[in-house]
Amino acid sequence: MARSAVPAAAPDVAALRDRARIIRRHIVEMLHEAASGHPGGSLSAVEVVTALYFGGILRHDPENPEWPERDRFVLSKGHGVPVQYAALAMAGYFPVDELRTLRKIDSRLQGHPVLGTAPGIEASTGSLGQGLSIGLGMALAARLDDMDSRVFVLLGDGECQEGQVWEAAMAAGHHRPANLIAIVDYNKFQLDGAIEDIIGLEPLAAKWESMGWKTREIDGHDMQQVVDALEWSTQAGEPVCIIAHTVKGKGVSFMEGDNAYHGVAPSNEELPRALSELERGDPEEENARALGSADVLDRAEASIDASAESNGKGGGR
Amino acid sequence: MNHLYPGRTFGKATRDAYGEALRDLGRDHEEIVVLDADLAKSTKSATFGEAFPDRFFNVGIQEANLVGMAGGMASSGKVPFISSFAAFVILKGFDQLRMAVSYPKLNVKVIGSHGGISIGEDGASQQSVEDVALACALPDFVVCVPSDEHQMRAVVKAAFEHHGPVYIRSGRPKAPLVYDTTPEFAFGKAATLRDGSDLTIIANGLLVAAALIAAERLAEDGIEARVVDMACVKPLDEDAVRSAAEDTGAIVVAEEHLLHGGLGARVAQAVATSHPVPMEFVGLDDTYAESGDPAGLMEKYGLTWKEVDAAARRVLSRRTAGAAR
Repeated sequence: MARSAVPAAAPDVAALRDRARIIRRHIVEMLHEAASGHPGGSLSAVEVVTALYFGGILRHDPENPEWPERDRFVLSKGHGVPVQYAALAMAGYFPVDELRTLRKIDSRLQGHPVLGTAPGIEASTGSLGQGLSIGLGMALAARLDDMDSRVFVLLGDGECQEGQVWEAAMAAGHHRPANLIAIVDYNKFQLDGAIEDIIGLEPLAAKWESMGWKTREIDGHDMQQVVDALEWSTQAGEPVCIIAHTVKGKGVSFMEGDNAYHGVAPSNEELPRALSELERGDPEEENARALGSADVLDRAEASIDASAESNGKGGGR
Repeated sequence: MNHLYPGRTFGKATRDAYGEALRDLGRDHEEIVVLDADLAKSTKSATFGEAFPDRFFNVGIQEANLVGMAGGMASSGKVPFISSFAAFVILKGFDQLRMAVSYPKLNVKVIGSHGGISIGEDGASQQSVEDVALACALPDFVVCVPSDEHQMRAVVKAAFEHHGPVYIRSGRPKAPLVYDTTPEFAFGKAATLRDGSDLTIIANGLLVAAALIAAERLAEDGIEARVVDMACVKPLDEDAVRSAAEDTGAIVVAEEHLLHGGLGARVAQAVATSHPVPMEFVGLDDTYAESGDPAGLMEKYGLTWKEVDAAARRVLSRRTAGAAR
């Protein structure tokens, strides 16, 4: 959304779903182009990131990324950064075409987020466990300055095995910033396998609550639930953790729940299959388009087509 | 410790000077925030905390979170000074120093107190012998080991005025005075405390006073040693190092740190690439120390003026042998 102190009217959930679909297309496209990266954990976070950037939740200004009173989004699960790059590009932070430079030499789009490279990135992450501490520091700094900036931190579920997450959770429970929102992308898998087979997290909500956080569990792919939970989180008046139950690889049938796609990019054969599954088609979404809510989407879609055509012609900004 | 520094007057511990200097800076600069990990009474960040409780955060015993929070605050425009024991903030916070401070080049000041082995009885787990090497390994970090209370005040002020990450080591015991008052100080600039033509002793921390004593003893035997206080380990004053090599032809480096990766290693690199001369080193030789009284430990592990004196004589004999060849 544009810079504003108050979120706009109720977000158009159908339009958000269509945006989510386009973000998924960008993800598979850019990972295919990069021939590396983490599709599973990028795709599982699409609805949350889409709702933040396009659902009237995050108060930000792509024309002025350093706007001091902006809300912050810290992607603590840094390997999922393709979803954030796609959202930032569609929001206007940098050209959509630049997504093709992901993971290439001289690109601003580093394989994991780096503060000071791509505009809109708020923290350097990728060594797991650190984003919540950084977000807590941001939240307390805003409180010291009497700013009502909110800080949203997206954590991975496997990441919650890191001790530092709980250091930060405990410290936030003590300092009680009303502007700190943690979201766990609970897709049930980590690199080596199922979380419950490695180090289980349950009871996860109870862990956060025991540290002084309010929690809400949602279906992280139900856009209405995601939007509602994020709106609720900004009104809670104390630290909030949204546990978003998700599916790793969501939206691409052969990646869904298949942990082989934790860190393997789609192949030349897989790319068209993935993209065809991410074609427009949902009647509700078509209806939203008919209502004229999606002219931006047309442009984004056109740029995807353009980037597909120019695939293989090299990167560079 | 007094008997290790004959003829020297003792001032405050550098950690005390740190707390006072930070409190004084805090009066004029609202943007300074101070964080500690349950050692504020020991690191002396509590001196700031008592004056400005709203800008002081004790995060409890969590060094990783301490550093991460500081990164978040710095990216929001604050100037965080964060403290713990050197052994904890550098070692337990190292990945966070890398990800949340060094890599994004954020304006965080890290103060590791109780540096070296002169903390004494608590033993090796609390002593820090590798902090300088680790801090120097972080790109963009400025790294300083002040020698006395006056220099610490100057270093704290310079750290605030510098936009970027800084590591400062402070010490637990009262430190022998090197300066009479707050000296001129700039990062990357060494202070020549005594001139001499026969060799140069480059030192920092408690070893600066030891070097001055050694230089006096050497002078009694007609050996004139230049003494350089190299409080700033990174960036190193390479001009001062090259001048020392060119002018005096022999260099001793002395520090309360492991020989590998500290001031000595950095000076040797600068010497090797500018004007190679014989060098000797005083420091900990690939070992941790142990519990004991600080002075006893400094003697047992060879960190007094006597070892500096002996190293000076060794380096001179090597230079003479080289010249005779």
